[in-house]
Formats: sequence, C-alpha cells, structure tokens
Amino acid sequence: MNDVLRVEDLHVSYRRAGGRVPAVRGVDLALPAGGRLGLAGESGCGKSTLAAAVLRLLPKSATVTGRVLLEGEDVQEMGWGRLRAVRWARASIVFQGAMHSLNPVRRVGDQIAEPILLHEKTTRAEADRRVAKLLDQVGLVAARAAAYPHELSGGQRQRVMIAMALACSPRLIVADEPTTALDVMIQAQILRLIGELVAEHGISLLMISHDLAVLAEHCDRLAVMYAGRIAEEGPAGQVFADARHPYGRALAGAFPRIGDPASRRGPRGLPGDPPDPAQLPEGCAFAPRCPIAVDACREAEPALIAAGGDGERMAACIRMDALRGAS
Amino acid sequence: MTRDSGPELETEETLEAQVTGTDSAIEDAVPSQPASPEGGGPAADGGPAPGGEPATAEKPSPGADASAEPPVLSVRGLHVAFRARHGRGRALAVDGVDLDIAPGEIVALVGESGCGKSTLARALTGLVVPTSGQVLHDGEPVSYKPRALKAYRRGVQLVLQDPTGALNPRRTVYEAVAEGLRIHGKSALGAFGDERAKVADALSRAGLRPPERFMALHPHQLSGGQRQRVVIAGALVLDPEVLVADEPVASLDASVRGEILKLLLDLRDAAGLSALVVTHDLGLAWNIADRVAVMYLGRVVETGTVEEVLTDPKHPYTKALLSVVAESGTEPVILSGETPDSAAIPAGCRFHPRCPLLASGEAERLGIADRCRTVDPAPPAAEGRHAACHAVAVPDTAA
Repeated sequence: MNDVLRVEDLHVSYRRAGGRVPAVRGVDLALPAGGRLGLAGESGCGKSTLAAAVLRLLPKSATVTGRVLLEGEDVQEMGWGRLRAVRWARASIVFQGAMHSLNPVRRVGDQIAEPILLHEKTTRAEADRRVAKLLDQVGLVAARAAAYPHELSGGQRQRVMIAMALACSPRLIVADEPTTALDVMIQAQILRLIGELVAEHGISLLMISHDLAVLAEHCDRLAVMYAGRIAEEGPAGQVFADARHPYGRALAGAFPRIGDPASRRGPRGLPGDPPDPAQLPEGCAFAPRCPIAVDACREAEPALIAAGGDGERMAACIRMDALRGAS
Repeated sequence: MTRDSGPELETEETLEAQVTGTDSAIEDAVPSQPASPEGGGPAADGGPAPGGEPATAEKPSPGADASAEPPVLSVRGLHVAFRARHGRGRALAVDGVDLDIAPGEIVALVGESGCGKSTLARALTGLVVPTSGQVLHDGEPVSYKPRALKAYRRGVQLVLQDPTGALNPRRTVYEAVAEGLRIHGKSALGAFGDERAKVADALSRAGLRPPERFMALHPHQLSGGQRQRVVIAGALVLDPEVLVADEPVASLDASVRGEILKLLLDLRDAAGLSALVVTHDLGLAWNIADRVAVMYLGRVVETGTVEEVLTDPKHPYTKALLSVVAESGTEPVILSGETPDSAAIPAGCRFHPRCPLLASGEAERLGIADRCRTVDPAPPAAEGRHAACHAVAVPDTAA
C-alpha cells in the first residue's frame, strides 16, 4: 500500500431538478509515489468531478460513495480539521483558468504565503522568504510577489498557482487542465515546469486534460474516461499509440500528428456528441457513437477487463479484438 | 522540397516596389542583398501537394499571380494600429501583412494570442478599418462606405470561436440563421425566394439534418458542436465566397472537433468556398489547410504550403512552435518569456530577443547577428514560400 492515491469504486452523483445525475460511475484508480497518471476525457465525462472528489471539494449537492484514499487515509472519513491539514500540505490542486482561482484583490505573494502561514508555525518573514524561493522555482522574479493577479499574464498566473500548490511540499498534485487556456509556447513552458518540479520533489501527479497527446508525453500511465467510467487504462505510450477502446482511439486521432499523411486533409472525429449524463443510453454508453458497435454492446455495460500489454492494460470494450483487427 | 533562397530575396525587392502602404514601417531598405540573377523562380515549386487541389498547388510565380487565378481576397501592406493601453503610443496589432486567399483555398493563419491574427481576420471581414494598406476583393479595394461595405460583408462571413457567445440564447435556431437574410433583404434569398427554404438549405449544408428538427430549438438545447454548426449555417445562408473562421473548434470537445473541420473541408469541395482559418493549433492547419501563414507580433514571418511550412519550417519561430507540439518527435525548443507587447515592437527583427539562433550564437557564426538586431526583415510576399529571417537568406542554414 504505498500508493499515494487510491480511488476505489467511486460514484459521484449530483442532485438536480429532475432527480440525481451520475457524474462518476464506479472508478478505480491507483497512483504510486512519484507516479504520473493522466486522466483524459471530454467535457461532462466526470474527470473534474473525480479531481474534486480527491480533495473533497465537491458541492453539497454531490453524493459520494466508494473510497478515496490519500496515503491510505480515507478522505471521506476525515473531520474538518484533518481535511484542512491535508489540503495543501498532503495534496494540492492546480485548476484551469488561474484568473478565477486567485483572489483579484490580494497580492499574489500574500496568496502563496497563506497556506504556509496556515499550516506551519512560522513567522511572516520566514514565509516571505519561502514565497521568494517558490517564485524563483516557478520562473518568476521575487518582486512579482507584490503584483496583483490582473497585472500578470495568463502564463504567469498559472505559475503562481503552481507555486501555491508547491508551497507546503505536498505528496500529490492534482492538475486539472493546467494549460488549457494558454498559448502553445506558454503551455510547453508550464508543462515542462510541472514535470521538472514533480520529478525533483518526488511528487505524484494526477493530470487531467482533454488532450491525449499532452498526457501521453507527460505521464507514465493514462486513463481515458467516458460518461463517468474508465474506458481504458494502461501505460501512457501504449494507450496513445495503440488504444484498445474505440473511444481512446478516436481521442488519440482527434489531434493529428503533423507530417502524418493519413491525417492530412483528413480530420478525424466521431459522429454525435458526448452523452448527457442524465440520459445515458442502455448498455455501453459509447455504443451510439461507436464505429464498431454490435447489438450486444447495447445490452449490457461492459466491465473493465484485461486488455493485454502484459497485464498492464485494461479496457471496457467487448469489441476489443475487432478494433485490433481494424487497425 | 528544399529550396534555395534566391527567389526569396527577389520577392523582397519586388515587394518593395509594389507596396506603397508600408513605407514607414519597413526601415529595411534591403541594402546589402543583391537580387538573385535568375528570373523569379516559381516559389511554389514544391509541386502539387499529395491529394492537393490543382487550384492551390500549382501557383505561378509571385509576380505573375494576377494572370492565373486572381485571389478572391487579399491584403496588401496591411497595418492596423490601436491606441495602446494606458494611453501611451500606438499598438501595431497588424504591422505590414500581405496575404492572398485563392478561390477554393483554405489558408490557416497561425500564431499565439496577441500576434494580431484575430485583428487581421476582423480587417478582412470589414469590422476593422486598416490604418494603412488595403484589403482587396477580387482585385478591387474594399470600400468602407456603408452600402458597399454591407455588400462586401455578405460575401465574406465571419465565424466566431465560441458558439455559445455568438448565439443569442433567447432566439431560436431559425431566427439565428435567418437574421443575416433579413439584414441583407430580398436579394440575399437568391433562387429560393422563400426565407424558410433558404434557412433549411443552410442548416442542412451545415450538417444539421433534417433541418426542420432544429429550427425551433434554442441554443441551450443543442450540444457545442451543433451550436457551432448553427453559427456556420448563419454564415452559409448568405452564400458567401469566403468564410473567415476565428478558432472555429477551440471551444469544442476533441471528438467533435474533427466533424466540424470535416464540414469546412466539405464546403470547400462541394461549393468551392474559400476560408481563412485563424488558429493557434498547427494540427488544425495540417488537418484542413492548403496554405499556412505564421504570424508573430503583427507580421507574417513564414508562409508556404502546409507541407512546406509544417514539415520543413525555415523560420526559427515556426520551428519552435512545431517542436513543442506534443508527440512531435523533436527536442522541444521552448522559447523563454512571452510575446512582447505590440506597442513596443523590438527593433531589428521583431523576433530577435527570443530567437534561439541568436541566443545560441548561431546567428553570430553566420555573420548576421548585427542585422538581426538592427534590420527588420522584409515581410513575406503574399504568394509562395517565404520566411522573414536573415538566416534564411544565408545559404546552408538548413540545420
């Protein structure tokens, strides 16, 4: 049990006007110490709900069953005091859209110092020294501590968020679409920064994105989510290059490799749209958009089963073999 | 597909002669560069692209483009300046751009935020009046008199990035698509003569079939991909010649993205629709475009066919952009810092403060470092293959 994070049979549903809407429907995940796990999926697939569940940040309308274990300790069972101690110090989160996550009327240095002052018995001067060091680590000059969020560019704000996440030396960082709103070059800067920092400090990383290629490059393992469930899981390179689930394959093909003749003038996508979580189809949730679905797919929801790769790979598809034949 | 740099220099010369609007901005008088002796070698000599359309792949030489297929839309020496933030000076959002869009051609305008690509798109759709330079439609300068501008806008339709923001939440799909028809009056109905039939036609061309099923719906009842199709239908209903699409799939889910791109390709193939697609996404250009123009800080820094620019980039900025695309297989060249403010464009080559060639000493070795710092490379001509980089003019810099 040296997994920093274990998610066991997690279900999350939200209360809505017309009843309960399931967002996460039975997810198991394990992230070892120092590991980097990528979670891929589209809007509404439940990936951000899962991220929020890790730190128990879900709204009151959410009902959670199953377990989320942070270094063996169940997040659901923690009292408020314990939870406060765990957030930031044990596990921290980097959200997308840093503009909305930072307080617009407080200097960023004070915001980075806040978790330090809260969690550690330390003086203000010592906290300020730590802030300067953290800013340096994320590639900002120490004088930037005096800036307000609006005075920083999007990339700089995301760097501030990363400095906050690192402030209390956590064991786990959850990065939810950390670079989505950023330019490609800034995105590359931020991803490299995150990669270097987690490697240097031995931090485990759960990175969430819609971009399979980015995850494949920055993570060891990759899980693909669809309609609240894991569709596929395995070593990052294998999942990206040779998906076992037709949805994983479609996601991998959505962002073309430049120079690949097959994708030149051949954009690839899927017909239809991701399903509405309130109206999931019978059987496999992906079947209505699946190019290789058969009648049996519409009857029962497929279980996540072994999918080769020396037991390292799992996929929830009964047509796996047909997919391999089609490639 | 490698080419020598001769034609490049020549077009810089011809460009100087052709363009009148750029005098003040280009300090570079091209002093030390002798014109190549050989006559204007076809710049697009790379041959037709695999599966390429003849209309776009077989471009004549830059000087002779008027004789073959005149571009449906072009800009010459385009400058757009805004008053800079905090009221100090001017921000040159677009700083001397030449660009052509041929009939049936899809051009990708690629760059990071703040490079001026959206301003250029707005200038092309007549939403921004250029500070200097011209937008030409079928070779004729666009008039900014209200009546003429209205007619022009009908032919050049803008498709915005975020369909949720572009659609009025209180109006039905039918009303959203019919709005353009009502603005442009009876003549816009064309052969249909009937608004409802015309709207139905546009919806089905945008892939919303059967159209009757969607007409009475409101935006919140549609998925993101369907909303973007409604926005595209709103453009198609006016039978435009050109679509200017600003990040048309940036706000869509990955699996939906391909279908919208396919729609743009299909519209080109079926109706000969030209498109300028503004994007930060090089993969999108690879997916659908014929030609690509890479913009940096208000200037196009490299142009050519998609195959040329994306598989054999010449400008160090293009090289860096390509290297950071995930799974590119090359060592990422991550530029430090951010794009400078367009109110304070660096002297000399605008890219020089971030240029890896200069930082690594490579520019010094080539003997161009001083020119990089002091001489603004001439902007690329509208046609053919160009890179606005001093190193490209020096032979043997392929590495």
